[in-house]
Amino acid sequence: MLNVGQIEEGFVLDHIKAGKSMDIYEHLGLDKMDCTVAIIKNARSKVMGKKDILKVECDIDTLDLNVLAFIDHNITINVIKNGVIVEKKVLSLPQSVKNVIRCHNPRCITSIEQGLPHIFFLADEATETYRCKYCEEKYNERA
Amino acid sequence: MRHLMSPLDFTTEELSKLFDLANDIEKNPGKYAHACDGKILATCFYEPSTRTRLSFESAMTRLGGSVIGFSDANSSSAAKGESVSDTIRVISAYADICAMRHPKEGAPMVAASRSLIPVINAGDGGHQHPTQTLTDLLTIRSLHGDLNNFTIGLCGDLKFGRTVHSLINALVRYENIKFVFISPPELRVPDYVTDMLDKKQIAYEEVIKLEEVMGDLDMLYMTRVQKERFFNEEDYIRLKDFYILTPEKMELAKENMLILHPLPRVNEISVEVDDDPRAAYFKQAQYGVYVRMALILTLLELA
Repeated sequence: MLNVGQIEEGFVLDHIKAGKSMDIYEHLGLDKMDCTVAIIKNARSKVMGKKDILKVECDIDTLDLNVLAFIDHNITINVIKNGVIVEKKVLSLPQSVKNVIRCHNPRCITSIEQGLPHIFFLADEATETYRCKYCEEKYNERA
Repeated sequence: MRHLMSPLDFTTEELSKLFDLANDIEKNPGKYAHACDGKILATCFYEPSTRTRLSFESAMTRLGGSVIGFSDANSSSAAKGESVSDTIRVISAYADICAMRHPKEGAPMVAASRSLIPVINAGDGGHQHPTQTLTDLLTIRSLHGDLNNFTIGLCGDLKFGRTVHSLINALVRYENIKFVFISPPELRVPDYVTDMLDKKQIAYEEVIKLEEVMGDLDMLYMTRVQKERFFNEEDYIRLKDFYILTPEKMELAKENMLILHPLPRVNEISVEVDDDPRAAYFKQAQYGVYVRMALILTLLELA
């Protein structure tokens, strides 16, 4: 199995659904940050079969946990300091997300009004359904 | 300051007060003839709707107030590219209350978030049409006598018809109401409506033929299949005459069943039905003015 060295300061996102690590990489804006990132795809997992892992060397506060929770609240976040795990963060579905996803309803006001944030609210926790704040269109494609 | 975006913005207790006020206006119009003296209503209609706009204008005029506004986007600054947010900030300086219709869903909500005056959603795309719903509720309460314990059939375009979505959202808060959705498969109620009914464990039935359920209904809410909601004219022509209410079909209905329709009617209710005492749709239009008068008074805190 491939080995990726441990990090000193930063965080490890574990239990990412296999194949979703690049989506998370983009949503967290890691492509724009000047830090070391290891992307591990299709790692073997006893529970999930296959999983992705992201290791990032930067301050945990730079993470937008809301975005992460929206994408997949089952992801485990291990906060690393001096090479050891000092905290495990548990995510829950956010009540709303702002400018993470866009409303694709052509009849929605967000399609024409400039500068309007795209806001989705959690309409049904059991089915993890989000709807546009303005037109209530269901968001179907969770990242 | 309050706005009206959805029928759910008011609790059932608040709606009950609003309808009491509307009924009082109906009985004693003179008492309210100067209630809005010196007040201005702005009707900002980004798409044509003679009926709703005139109903608002009639309501404000009957309260002694004045009306300014525009009746389609081409005669407004929207044609020059002005945003809804900017328009409402300007309108806030000109008027005391605003009724907004917009083809884009959520536009009145954006306006309300920037407005210094109460904003009433007068219809936003295929989304909500709360003042029509208040009209429908007032009509049901006034003519049926109660907003609980009945079976209502909703017939026609249940997919794009915003009046239907708003009415369902409002009725689920009352007790023991059963919904019967009568539509072609192409125009079924959207999933968010049936999801909501499932979640609240409210009984509903979906059928294709009106005749199958006619005898079960305490009221029948007919809707028009709207040409502007179709992307394809062939689909419109194929579906528009799917459901036409005729005197023959009315023979299957209960003696006291109410026929409601948000109007305008095209041909989904045969004109021969107009003389049937169960036809309540023109009375419904009259209740539309009373309820808008009550709403204006309430939002301006003059009630």
